[in-house]
Amino acid sequence: MLGKLTWSAVPFDQPIIMITSGVIALVLFAILALVTVKGWWPYLWREWITSVDHKRIGVMYVLLALVMLVRGFADAIMMRSQLALAAGGAQGYLPPEHYDQIFSAHGTIMIFFVAMPIVIGLMNFAVPLQLGIRDVAFPVLNNVSFWLTAAGVLLVNLSLFVGEFARTGWLGYPPLSEIAYSPGVGVDYYLWSLQISGLGTLLSGINLTTTILKLRARGMGYMRMPVFCWTALASNLLIVAAFPVLTATFAMLLLDRYCGFHFFTNDAGGNPMMYINLIWIWGHPEVYILILPAFGVFSEVVATFAGKPLFGYRSMVMATMVICVLSFVVWLHHFFTMGAGANVNAFFGMMTMIIAVPTGVKVFNWLFTLYGGRIRFTVPVYWTLGFMVTFVIGGMTGVLMAIPPADFVLHNSLFLIAHFHNTAIGGVLFGAMAGYTYWFPKAFGFKLDERLGKAVFWCWFIGFYLAFMPLYVLGLLGATRRMQHYPDAHWQPLMLVALAGAVLILCGIGLTVVQLVHSIRTREQRRDRTGDPWNGRTLEWSIPSPPPAWNFAQLPRIESNDAYWAMKQGAHGVEPPAAHSHAPLHLPPSNPTGVLLAFFSVVLGFALIWHIWWMAIIGLLGAVAVGLVQAWRPDHEVVIPADQIAAFYGRQAAEEIAA
Amino acid sequence: MLATRLKTIPRTIALSAITLPLASCGEGVLDPQGPIGKAELILLCDAAAIMLPVVIPVILLTVCFAWWFRADNVRARYRPEWEYSGRIEMIVWSIPTLVIIFLGGIAWIGSHDLDPPRPIDSAVAPLEIDVVSLDWKWLFVYRHENVASVNQLVVPVGTPLRFRLTSASVMNSFFVPQLGSQIYTMAGMATRLNLQADRAGTYQGLSAQFSGDGFSDMRFQVVAVLADQFAAWLDTAKTSGGALDTAAYRAFAHPSKAVAPTTFAHVEPGLFETVLTGWTSAASHEEH
Ligand code: HEM
Ligand SMILES: [Cu+2]
Repeated sequence: MLGKLTWSAVPFDQPIIMITSGVIALVLFAILALVTVKGWWPYLWREWITSVDHKRIGVMYVLLALVMLVRGFADAIMMRSQLALAAGGAQGYLPPEHYDQIFSAHGTIMIFFVAMPIVIGLMNFAVPLQLGIRDVAFPVLNNVSFWLTAAGVLLVNLSLFVGEFARTGWLGYPPLSEIAYSPGVGVDYYLWSLQISGLGTLLSGINLTTTILKLRARGMGYMRMPVFCWTALASNLLIVAAFPVLTATFAMLLLDRYCGFHFFTNDAGGNPMMYINLIWIWGHPEVYILILPAFGVFSEVVATFAGKPLFGYRSMVMATMVICVLSFVVWLHHFFTMGAGANVNAFFGMMTMIIAVPTGVKVFNWLFTLYGGRIRFTVPVYWTLGFMVTFVIGGMTGVLMAIPPADFVLHNSLFLIAHFHNTAIGGVLFGAMAGYTYWFPKAFGFKLDERLGKAVFWCWFIGFYLAFMPLYVLGLLGATRRMQHYPDAHWQPLMLVALAGAVLILCGIGLTVVQLVHSIRTREQRRDRTGDPWNGRTLEWSIPSPPPAWNFAQLPRIESNDAYWAMKQGAHGVEPPAAHSHAPLHLPPSNPTGVLLAFFSVVLGFALIWHIWWMAIIGLLGAVAVGLVQAWRPDHEVVIPADQIAAFYGRQAAEEIAA
Repeated sequence: MLATRLKTIPRTIALSAITLPLASCGEGVLDPQGPIGKAELILLCDAAAIMLPVVIPVILLTVCFAWWFRADNVRARYRPEWEYSGRIEMIVWSIPTLVIIFLGGIAWIGSHDLDPPRPIDSAVAPLEIDVVSLDWKWLFVYRHENVASVNQLVVPVGTPLRFRLTSASVMNSFFVPQLGSQIYTMAGMATRLNLQADRAGTYQGLSAQFSGDGFSDMRFQVVAVLADQFAAWLDTAKTSGGALDTAAYRAFAHPSKAVAPTTFAHVEPGLFETVLTGWTSAASHEEH
């Protein structure tokens, strides 16, 4: 009846897990109870859960990512404390069966459920505003994408309490991940949650690519797009090209595991190396999917707060697109040590290094944007400067490992771990934090607290150096990744320093929450009534904060780069929209398709993981039915009457004058 | 080799910059004990020496520009329209390009000189060793000596070591940081590797590719000894160890963790080939 699912799947004998589960269950229950008691359900359902507004969806993505950052970080600090203890003969407090799940979950969660949603969330929020349009190309699909990601998140977290997670690392290399060596449900949790959320990511990639290619403000030729939109375009093109590869690769591994196929098995003609090639054909573009939008954020931040246009806009665009293309021809650098032969290794090593050229150009261009500026040291600028200083180190160590013979001694070492955290934290995460602080006032109408923001920055910045510089050294000393204990007792001091760094990062995460709560409580003093709190350059700053559901009452026509800056400099200034007579606007209504699809995909995924076939059929039929209903839904739109629009701008103008 | 081709002063600086803080630790990649490891360390330092002259100024310039052009510095000149300079653009593209051309050359030459299958030039006849990774231990078969050793690799100093490697289960990576290059072991495939220990001593070996629950204990020691000591060790191994025939191998292949070093005297001829090709026969299914 319940397939492989029995009571023994719940780890009653593991106090750590049971207490964690208990606390999470309590918190969830408390939140649900609060929402119910306060009667917020109708509001949440109408305005958020089923919303097809790209801004709301963007906010939900970022929120999801921040929550998962806490989960991913909990795993990280468990690993750090384990390794701080397990030196010499000591075994630490986490046995291998548990430790192996933790690093697998940490890597999976950080990449797929922290970095991806935060980057997609920022693009979702900012791209349509910067392009001067009312929404993305397919608003309902956008909501579906978000909920499919959330479904993946739910499944991953379920594995904590029901069953186990994969013990195969964040990429699940076969043959270890094959049924012969991983008979448990852990790998299935990994595969199904990533299949479901991967579909969401692909749909979101299609959506944003179409949006950027097809829907821009009048007059906004490609070479007038803000750089963030360019990086978003590159990132989404990569999603569209790379994610199908991931889905196909996982599908083959699933066939191996469920149907006795032999794509990647040791025996019967399978070839595990094929998986390694395929997964990295997705995997290398993936790192650029994450970093390019971060580059975009930094570009916007530098230009805005230096008070001058981005230096070398054309160079920036070109560098972005060169990276986008080259990122598909370097995947082999992840396995120089599999014996590919000198010519192959050398070719991929050199291609990898070539990517460093456009990346270097970007760094120089940010540098010359600072030059001659009048820099306001706001929190986003802190993150950006921290990034520039940190990222070049990560870039250098990356190029070091691109030299095949150097990689022969650095591959899979803690040096590698230090390198990619150097770019993942110093690049993606710093970029995400910069973007979060930069666009927060646009999304909510008030600024985040500056002092706390700077404290958060310093915690992450110093914490990062403490946590990861020792790992470079340890890697050179011969420490490898994914080890649960190590015999060399004299590595322990460096491991302790790394733990101290992680604790400092913990403070940073804690202070982020404090900053948010404090800023919400004092929001009246930090209101942004102009819509342009930073003296911005691009179109999102030309509309009120938070923007109305329709973003732009009149679709803007632009004549240059940095469109809003040009308007502000122009002879006529910016005409307030209230001065125009308004026509009624048509907007797509909220739509429950996404959340229902997510519900049925969780049912389907859970059933497949546990081999509960009847339930899988229900999940599948349910998902198909939801899709059919959506396809035949009556095609009505919400009409916003002209006087309501006029009233909105009237209120806005009054507030601005009052302030 | 590269060692002689690229003798630069910056290398010495980079070498000391990286190694000084660690000088006390003499271990790992930073303290190579053979020609491969030495060449790779030099390569690493050369590459660092080429990049640091760009990386360090960029870091300093970031801090300086940001500080000088802060909003309240009245002495800094504000150029709100300055966004393009052909000359700077050219420099900006050429600096990284030059660096990469340099490094690309190094990478190309290094990849060929240090290609793992490439034999080490030496007057001494090489020692041929077959490596099998199992769950979770290492089996080293001295092919012509008909002796096998578990989780310990005794080798003669100054002799090229010629490895063939495969796996009896999941992937692992054979790595002795002080000797240099690592290489994966994969079922059904044989990879090749050449190393050499120049000095007598004991060097840590490990698996660098995660292979499951017993992974952390897949450690072994490489004991490099003088030729006569090696001969003596071989003699002892030949007389004292048990035999490694098909049945013994089957038993040995069962998953086990933290296995203490042992030796086998009579290794069934062709064992490595059997492990390598066994995957295509139906029998392999029962092994797990
Ligand atoms: C917030 C602070 C973080 C800390 C303290 C941390 C710490 C760690 C540690 C200790 C490991 C295991 C290293 C080993 O194998 O021995 C690890 C692995 C990993 N981390 Fe992080 N990490 C952090 C953030 C991130 C972020 C932001 C990302 C990605 C965006 C990330 C991605 C990964 C990945 C992919 C792995 C590899 C997992 C595997 O081996 O399969 N981490 N991290
Ligand atoms: Cu890569």
